Amino acid sequence: MESYLFPFDSLICMLLGISFTVWFTLLLVFIIVPAIFGVSFGIRRLYMKSLIKLFEWATLRMERGAKEKNQHLYKPYSNGETLKRSLRGGAEPEFDMSDIFYFCRRGVESIVDDEVTKRFTAEELESWNLLTRSNYNFHHISTRLTALWGVGVLIRYGFLLPLRVTLAFTGVGLLVVLTSVVGLFPNGRMKNYLSDKVHLMCYRICVRSLTAIITYHDSENKPKNGGICVANHTSPIDVIILASDGCYAMVGQVHGGLMGVIQRAMVKACPHIWFERSEVKDRHLVAKRLSDHVADTSKLPILIFPEGTCINNTSVMMFKKGSFEIGSTVYPVAIKYDPRFGEAFWNSSKFGMVNYLLHMMSSWAIVCSVWYLPPMSRMEGEDAVQFANRVKAAIARKGGLADLLWDGGLKRGKVKEVFKEEQQKLYSKVLVGSTWTLSGCSAALNWPLPEPAQTEL
Amino acid sequence: MGSRASSLLREEDIEEIKKQTGFSHSQITRLYSRFHSLDKGENGALSREDFQRIPELAINPLGDRIINAFFPEGEDQVNFRGFMRTLAHFRPVEDNEKNKDPTSGEPLNSRTNKLFFAFQLYDLDRDDKISRDELLQVLRMMVGVNISDEQLGSIADRTIQEADTNGDMCISFSEFTKVMPGKAIDITADLQNGA
Repeated sequence: MESYLFPFDSLICMLLGISFTVWFTLLLVFIIVPAIFGVSFGIRRLYMKSLIKLFEWATLRMERGAKEKNQHLYKPYSNGETLKRSLRGGAEPEFDMSDIFYFCRRGVESIVDDEVTKRFTAEELESWNLLTRSNYNFHHISTRLTALWGVGVLIRYGFLLPLRVTLAFTGVGLLVVLTSVVGLFPNGRMKNYLSDKVHLMCYRICVRSLTAIITYHDSENKPKNGGICVANHTSPIDVIILASDGCYAMVGQVHGGLMGVIQRAMVKACPHIWFERSEVKDRHLVAKRLSDHVADTSKLPILIFPEGTCINNTSVMMFKKGSFEIGSTVYPVAIKYDPRFGEAFWNSSKFGMVNYLLHMMSSWAIVCSVWYLPPMSRMEGEDAVQFANRVKAAIARKGGLADLLWDGGLKRGKVKEVFKEEQQKLYSKVLVGSTWTLSGCSAALNWPLPEPAQTEL
Repeated sequence: MGSRASSLLREEDIEEIKKQTGFSHSQITRLYSRFHSLDKGENGALSREDFQRIPELAINPLGDRIINAFFPEGEDQVNFRGFMRTLAHFRPVEDNEKNKDPTSGEPLNSRTNKLFFAFQLYDLDRDDKISRDELLQVLRMMVGVNISDEQLGSIADRTIQEADTNGDMCISFSEFTKVMPGKAIDITADLQNGA
């Protein structure tokens, strides 16, 4: 029996051996070496352009299918609609039973669509991008499209996914090993130089492991030492995207497991700021460590995400004021993902980290734009909250995102009672006649909020 | 290869809801998506907590009353049909509807039904009368702590006096309809987009 298998055995072994060698050589030449030197062959951009053409064709076919059946193609709510508000203007300031309609309408309108809860789930696409996970209500999917989808699945799971996973392991492995090696050097310019190079190289490999196609704008505004870089937060990938173009000191909680290993290795090469779980609650301690870091201009700029949680990249939510109290220059950065190629938002209540990474690596690509905004500092007479809001508005404007005053913490927690009390106060003013209309409280979400006690960084 | 949100919503259901509520096909599918996204427990029905999770609704002084309007007497869950029935009150009246034959029954978004919806917001114990107490309670919800008991009491008394015609110190539905201004009932929420 065995004699039959022997010749095939060695043949198979040989074939496997050859294919692995070819595989790794290609990998090395086309991906890892360019990553080390920071150059690009342009393969990813070509890939992106072909995908766009593909999606446009798919949309046309679906629209044609819809027209044949005489129906409209499903389109989600678009961001730019305005809700009608009714004003009671001109009426006498006293109670009228029809006042209830005002609250009624606003209530029902918020049930039909509200500005906040939709920020915590992935944005709906205008048209389908051939991924099952983003198929909400798209009908009229012809056989040709289904075939295309099938081919897509093969390519993504059969070819791209293994490639990306290999790269990811390589990138992370190299990061841990090389930063530990650099850590052995004595402190000085050589060490800093090597640490920068090592970090950049490993992050670039990670970027390629996600097939991330990033366009950096206004690089002359890149954060400098002694400053704080703030950006809007969509997913943990944000860190990799920013850190592959510049060197930052990271801030975060100490984790166990693999993350912990990576954290400990990174801190050997250059100073990052990792907090123990218990220290996070102590605001003064946190602020002190950040200020100390910033005061030392030999240390890298700090990277912070003031929203405190992942938002779905259609809006920017309230910035926590902690990082804006420190008094150093703030370098705002806006990150906008193109959801057609892959949904970058991490819905942590639905998916765990591993699931999320698998989604990332089996999407078409991650395409995003990064804008470096000019540095901002706190002005005279401006307090931390106003400064934070000013920075937030700038980031929202640049990235084309909605600027919301709501707290990202609403993802998990309840809204504070004080906002309801504010609404009641405004209505009472109308009743007793100090204001004529209810337009004060209907000014969408941009009313001046009472100062909520912000307890976290 | 079906789609996620509407895989639980069959064509027959959509047609039935269309007949009952007057919403268009695309409006129904969109609202079903919305229903689905609010339904965190994924059991095909919404609870009061699901509504409370909408921040803009939670800060609405009459938020609880509005939420209550979705739930039938004594129930804690509302399914999609019930959800749509309640929302149908707020569907804008289209021109072609005014010419519909009167035998098809009153549409949910007729003026009378809209007024009844508002009436029920005041009528806390659902006994078809708004008593002074109920009016006071609702007023208190709307103004919070910013107006004194006496002032609120006099507002309530004045309102009942103006509306009450049969002298029972309560406001019935017909008395309520007479007091409502004709034009100012514009509670048609903006549900039309891209449909």
